[in-house]
Amino acid sequence: MTGTMLLDIVGLRKAYPGVVANDDVGFAVAPGEVHALLGENGAGKSTLVKMIYGLVKPDAGTMRLMGQPYEPAEPRAARAAGVAMVFQHFSLFEALSVAENVALGMESPPPMRDLARRIREISTTYGLPLDPARTVGDLSAGERQRVEIIRCLLQDPKLLIMDEPTSVLTPQEVEILFHTLRKLAAEGTAILYISHKLEEIRALCDSATILRGGKVVGSCIPREKTARELAEMMVGGEFAATDRAGRSLGAPVLEVRALSLAPMSQFGPALREVSLTLRAGEVLGIGGVAGNGQEELLATLAGERPSAPGTVILKGAEVAHLGPNERRAMGLLSAPEERLGHAAVPAMSLTENTLLTGTIRRPLIRQGFIDMGAAKSFAEEIITAFDVRTPGAHVAARALSGGNLQKYVIGREVLQAPDVLIVNQPTWGVDAAAAAAIRQALLDLAAKGAGVIVISQDLDELMEIADNFCALYEGRLSAPRPTEGLTLEEIGLMLGGAHGMTDVLAKEAAR
Amino acid sequence: MILGGIDIIVLSATLMAASTPVLLAATGELIAEKAGVLNLGVEGMMIMGAVGGFAAATVTGSPVLGFVGGALAGAVLAMVFAVLTQVFLSNQTATGLALTLFGLGLSALIGKGYEGVRPPPTPKLDLGPLADIPVLGPVLFSHDWVVYASLALVAGTWVFLRRSRAGLILRAVGESHDAAHALGYRVIAVRIAALAFGGAMAGFGGAYLSLVRVPQWTEGMTAGAGWIALAIVVFASWRPERVLIGAYLFGGISALQLQLQAAGYAIPVHLLSMAPYVLTIVVLVLLSALHRHGAQAAPADLGRSFHAAR
Repeated sequence: MTGTMLLDIVGLRKAYPGVVANDDVGFAVAPGEVHALLGENGAGKSTLVKMIYGLVKPDAGTMRLMGQPYEPAEPRAARAAGVAMVFQHFSLFEALSVAENVALGMESPPPMRDLARRIREISTTYGLPLDPARTVGDLSAGERQRVEIIRCLLQDPKLLIMDEPTSVLTPQEVEILFHTLRKLAAEGTAILYISHKLEEIRALCDSATILRGGKVVGSCIPREKTARELAEMMVGGEFAATDRAGRSLGAPVLEVRALSLAPMSQFGPALREVSLTLRAGEVLGIGGVAGNGQEELLATLAGERPSAPGTVILKGAEVAHLGPNERRAMGLLSAPEERLGHAAVPAMSLTENTLLTGTIRRPLIRQGFIDMGAAKSFAEEIITAFDVRTPGAHVAARALSGGNLQKYVIGREVLQAPDVLIVNQPTWGVDAAAAAAIRQALLDLAAKGAGVIVISQDLDELMEIADNFCALYEGRLSAPRPTEGLTLEEIGLMLGGAHGMTDVLAKEAAR
Repeated sequence: MILGGIDIIVLSATLMAASTPVLLAATGELIAEKAGVLNLGVEGMMIMGAVGGFAAATVTGSPVLGFVGGALAGAVLAMVFAVLTQVFLSNQTATGLALTLFGLGLSALIGKGYEGVRPPPTPKLDLGPLADIPVLGPVLFSHDWVVYASLALVAGTWVFLRRSRAGLILRAVGESHDAAHALGYRVIAVRIAALAFGGAMAGFGGAYLSLVRVPQWTEGMTAGAGWIALAIVVFASWRPERVLIGAYLFGGISALQLQLQAAGYAIPVHLLSMAPYVLTIVVLVLLSALHRHGAQAAPADLGRSFHAAR
């Protein structure tokens, strides 16, 4: 770290009505350095990189890029100055081709034919194979990310910002991405890397700046710290490790036999011959990159989508033709991935939201009328038992932060004492402390004899709480494997590995 | 060439003229929808174009200025829609319906003084010897300039959407306004421009109705042509070349039913008047059903309001 810094930020501040997103934030990145930004959700990482990329204007503070004052008024100016960004939620256009998507991210793209050729060149140089003519909607998550990265690389960036780049990748794809990033860093490109996957940061990054509540609370060299120390620096305190002891597996409570389902949307996957057995007291983890049938699986098991006769058997009874409420009455509850709009109605209060799923197993209805008193006390019970941080049960669901709403949604189902609970992405976008609490609640539920299916992209999470692991890939479910002794490499292969990358990996291995 | 009391050549010749208003309006709406805005006010913009064009042409005595006036009237009404939906984020469906009602009412008010007036005529384009070719001459080469302009506009729209960078940005905005915004494109500006073009085209088409097709001003003279234009865009799976097919189908059946009425067939008049609407929809539904994912070709962000999040 000698010579001039590539990016030097001093005293940056950004306030929104009611909240200071960034306050006196400062750090520096040297050329060729991989610098991590660490922090919980809401710590101000996104606002910070948006300011660097010109999407948001800072209220105060200065930025210098390669020694020059740097005040991008819009992303165009940032790109012209040599700053490129790969977004957390892909900024891609599904109905357009790869080449068109790349062209949209460039200031003055060459004619389409030349562009297609350059995409091929760059993609082979960096080991990211990609066909410029394909429609992005047909690509896997890993391939989509390659589109974004290539879009950035074509502009020869000095600074590459990556916002949560690995959350949708298989372990093999992560390996390829890191290989590309290290190669870029070796060529002198600085990389600003945002992630909450601490092991990855330890493996990849040279230095880290830690944000909490919009302020810089520390910096460190990630390699010299353990993942737990990093997590505690982020949270600003200690948090409990999950306890999975004291469970025994009982009789099967849910069986799925050769379940198939047509795609629910144009670019959506189909379910193909999915079979599984869930036993009482078991936590079954279903891993896989989103978009491989997770939503479809939850919808069919919960009863939102009817399936062929004989495909879903709950406690010995055939339920494939039953709707969600009938399944709830029999003890099968679920919590879908999308908190706002699927699991909860954003504009309704927490009290009213209990009525979405709670009326069957809880006495919230009297003679056909809603018993608001009972609903309110149920909501308050959830708030207390699951430590939901909110002024009260009258607050609208959309006013809660992601983590708090997720605790509420999981709590609402867990407190109804289900025999089978199916959750999709229970800790997606939830901060570390809340995620730990949710995982513990799921384990406690299983300890009481319920069967729990956890669908998640977070493999560490599944390894932590699941007894058995299945992979969902392109609508097919693999045979279950005990999580004990399972390695990340094995899981990665179960998840479909890296699309079209086996050759590259083999070459890397041979070198 | 007479077949069953109907002159095929005259029919084919009137087909192109009869189709032009709907073709223009549908092409304009196609651009607006490709940018992600659903403007249900096409009927209102068309009739404003009809009355605006008629007024401009009779006052100035120039049919060309009449068409310019019609396009301007349509564009102005589209700007009302743009301000409401893009700046004040009102609901696009409700605003579009209101726009149609508003256009119909306002045009009736403006048009009061023009009832019974004859507009200055728009001459047929003199294409010299081309018009003398048997069959092809009267069918293809004996129309006014607007008919050819409308075809050029469809071709231009196709090239614009497929080949130009501006067209790519427009499609991108319609597919995902959030992604387009993240890349630094000005979503609202693109959409307002697309709406203005859509309004101008609808107005242009409306002016063709009152200046050439009818040619006079009568209240409510668009008679649902704007709605057909909207339906054509959907069933054409948002493709300019299919919009052309849909519009010519509608125009063709309109011309045919008029000739059937004139030839004295014993078919109830109401059934005949209904035929163009019903048949166009049926054929286009079949087309989009045959083409898999036809209905899913809609721009992904069609009808959704954009508000830049922090």
